[in-house]
Amino acid sequence: MSLFSPARILKTVLALLLLAAPSAQAAEDLVTDFTLGNGMQVVVIEDHRAPVVVHMVWYRAGAADETPGVSGVAHFLEHLLFKGTDDLAPGELSKTVAENGGTDNAFTSHDYTGYYQRVAADRLGLMMSMEADRMRNIRLTETDILTEREVIIEERNQRVENSPQSLFREQAMAAQYLNHRYGVPVIGWRHEMEQLGLDDAMDYYRTFYAPNNAILVVAGDVTPDEVRTLAEEHYGPIPANPELPEERDRPAEPRQTAERRLVFEDPRVAQPYVSRSYLAPERDPGDQKTAAALVILADILGGGQTGYLTEKLTFEQKKAVYTSAWYRGQSLDDTTFGVYVVPAEGVSLEEAERAMDETLDRFLDEGVDEAQLERIKMQIRAGQVYARDNVESMARRYGSGLTQGLTIEDIQAWPDILQEVTEADILTAAREVLDRDRAVTGYLRAPARDEPSADANETQPANEVSQ
Amino acid sequence: MIRILLATLVSLALTLPARAGVDIQEVKTPGGLTAWLVEEHSIPFTALEIWFRGGTSLDRPGKRGAVNLMTATLEEGAGEMDALAFTRAKEELAASFSYDAGDDTVSVSAKFLTENRDEAVALLRETLVSPRFDQEAIDRVRSQVLSIIRSDAKDPNDIAGRAFESRAFGDHPYGTDSNGTVDSVSSLTRGDILQAHADAMARDRIYIGAVGDITPEELATLLDDLLGDLPETGAPLPRDIEPALTGGTTVVPFDTPQSVALFGHAGVDRESDDFFAAYLLNTILGGGGFESRLMTEVREKRGLTYGVYSFLVDKDHADLWMGQVQSANNRVADAIEVIRAQWAEISENGVTAEELEAAKKYLTGAYPLRFDGNGRIANIITGMQIEGMPLDYPATRNDRVEAVTLDQVNDVARRYLDPDALRFVVVGQPEGLSSTD
Repeated sequence: MSLFSPARILKTVLALLLLAAPSAQAAEDLVTDFTLGNGMQVVVIEDHRAPVVVHMVWYRAGAADETPGVSGVAHFLEHLLFKGTDDLAPGELSKTVAENGGTDNAFTSHDYTGYYQRVAADRLGLMMSMEADRMRNIRLTETDILTEREVIIEERNQRVENSPQSLFREQAMAAQYLNHRYGVPVIGWRHEMEQLGLDDAMDYYRTFYAPNNAILVVAGDVTPDEVRTLAEEHYGPIPANPELPEERDRPAEPRQTAERRLVFEDPRVAQPYVSRSYLAPERDPGDQKTAAALVILADILGGGQTGYLTEKLTFEQKKAVYTSAWYRGQSLDDTTFGVYVVPAEGVSLEEAERAMDETLDRFLDEGVDEAQLERIKMQIRAGQVYARDNVESMARRYGSGLTQGLTIEDIQAWPDILQEVTEADILTAAREVLDRDRAVTGYLRAPARDEPSADANETQPANEVSQ
Repeated sequence: MIRILLATLVSLALTLPARAGVDIQEVKTPGGLTAWLVEEHSIPFTALEIWFRGGTSLDRPGKRGAVNLMTATLEEGAGEMDALAFTRAKEELAASFSYDAGDDTVSVSAKFLTENRDEAVALLRETLVSPRFDQEAIDRVRSQVLSIIRSDAKDPNDIAGRAFESRAFGDHPYGTDSNGTVDSVSSLTRGDILQAHADAMARDRIYIGAVGDITPEELATLLDDLLGDLPETGAPLPRDIEPALTGGTTVVPFDTPQSVALFGHAGVDRESDDFFAAYLLNTILGGGGFESRLMTEVREKRGLTYGVYSFLVDKDHADLWMGQVQSANNRVADAIEVIRAQWAEISENGVTAEELEAAKKYLTGAYPLRFDGNGRIANIITGMQIEGMPLDYPATRNDRVEAVTLDQVNDVARRYLDPDALRFVVVGQPEGLSSTD
């Protein structure tokens, strides 16, 4: 079934699955870390197979650290960091990276913002000099703001407005979080994005972009000594920001006591599905056991062909075309565990939901198949071997872990914690988390066919070419 | 089928050779197979790529979607095992197999640990040589394919890809969706799937790349075991085709806030003497970096899009020079005007020496960086074989890039880039745009 992974059925929902993939790091002896005098943490991951280095700077600041009313400003600022500094003309950083044969980009989540370049190992110093420059010295004009605001609105059009699955997920997340900023999309609400200005971006920048709020991750054909020398030269002189907030205190979730249900209808939906997400604990420093059990629970329920939901609903009952389960264990604050079912032809969403709930109940009664648990653990062990083939994803694991509240020790202990998970751990975690009072149940579907506008759409095939 | 087009682009990028620090050995097996191998013993696993030339273009008349459905059903039961038993066996070994059907190739990608390599390869062999194609499995996967076909019919990117390819390639296999239609897929029988397997997966069209913890001798034995029992010959390959594109605009009405536009005209064959000049030219025009002409003019200066790209599409039987942009319905006409103007500007006035120098630095510097991982390298060296490149080609690739002159690039710009020949296919509710024919 690999061709028909939900990437094609449910492109946006799949994004969540990637985050649920079991973490694994091998070759811990190849990871070194230290801290510069100004508080900037440094992680070095060695891989000497090719003369390549990945250079990343991660800030412990993301969309959930924004001030209410300026949603999207963390991501907007990420775009603006390519505009220029006292020493770099707009676009010069990317141009310089390209002229050195490298690639660069940046990413923003609720919990972090990161910048990276992938380049020949002997260009590392050049990358650091430019990245250090834009940590404190960006220079923006009103024109930059106006033009780039159009770009992020087009990015929202592309990622969200053109995709009913994304619009649906946005509404579901907003319903999931009653108080926490995880309910606000990273890219921002459109009406607030349209008002973002220079001051909003600079406020965020001055607060969070500082060495004492940053983590440098360098992975590839380098030694820790080389990195230390270069990092002290380029990042060392930047003063720490004494005004940096001490704690990342975001508004916490109150006790959730009522299920939320939503129906999202859009004529562009060809394949309806039902999704359910539950508020769930995340990996915490020194306390990752429940999260480890939930990772394995997601694997047991939704892990491909042999996942429990697929076996029951697709193979046995033939009620689903596709099922999956996800868990985003890495998160600074309370996270989500979820399942979804794409019903087979002729099966209603109500029936699919009922079958899904019956199957979850049955799982709790039957318990864990010991052989399946062993297979999952074997794959996690092997994953540590395969992970070493991609040094960039190892770098991301450390960068995201450290900006989401974990320590190096937590990240390195994780594979062993996963191996220690027992059936009892899994069932305890499942009973705790699968609580409808803390859940959002959503139906995504097209409007009923008896509406005239929907009929009109149905009679003209969407792919018909107008001549 | 924008995904297929973009996938072609990726394989193009990966297969450009260069002076990279990899030591490729050619391995000839006693059974008559040829493979390329890079030994890398530092991590105890092997990445193996097995590609069959032909792909979904081998679908027989009236059987559109057969190769695709066949490929997707390979791992749904093999030998003595049904789908679940097979998957459990694979999970116990922690091996990873994936099967993909493209316009020109069926590809099999495998990763397996050294500690259980023999068992993993035996399991893989069953899926290639003895797939069961149980009726129940075919029906299950068919329902997934039908779900995808219905979803794609409401996805502006897919609608644009299909409309563009239909216009370019008509009744050639490239002109229709390789997933097939609801009707064609619904009527495929188990016999059609067996036929597709015999047509597409034969020894006369096989290309193999391996990277990892394995010696040439071990690889030779492994390959003869794995592939020795496949049929000797498969179905004939399709004909070459000149894209039938004419200049103009095609609007496909679809109710969505942001229009998706694909554009293109005839391209450049990889075998052509113009290819490297065209590749450099495309890098400057819209090759993916933030500093390309199209990104600078459409995004950086005007904020009309999140991304705009141009790319050379090098299929086995056709060549296109294409691009893509997405922009809100009330702005896409402006974006298209800017793109057309840039196309004209470069065609008439060429690029500057500085731009060419920057593109050369990028391409020659980036090339060795691609060779950084067993899986990635296995892909590159398999692609090199299917493109007919010699074993030592990597050592000369950067020299070929360096040898291209400004005159050659600007000559290629004059001869190939033609704003009047560009066909724009726009899916959405674009304001100020209508179909020109």
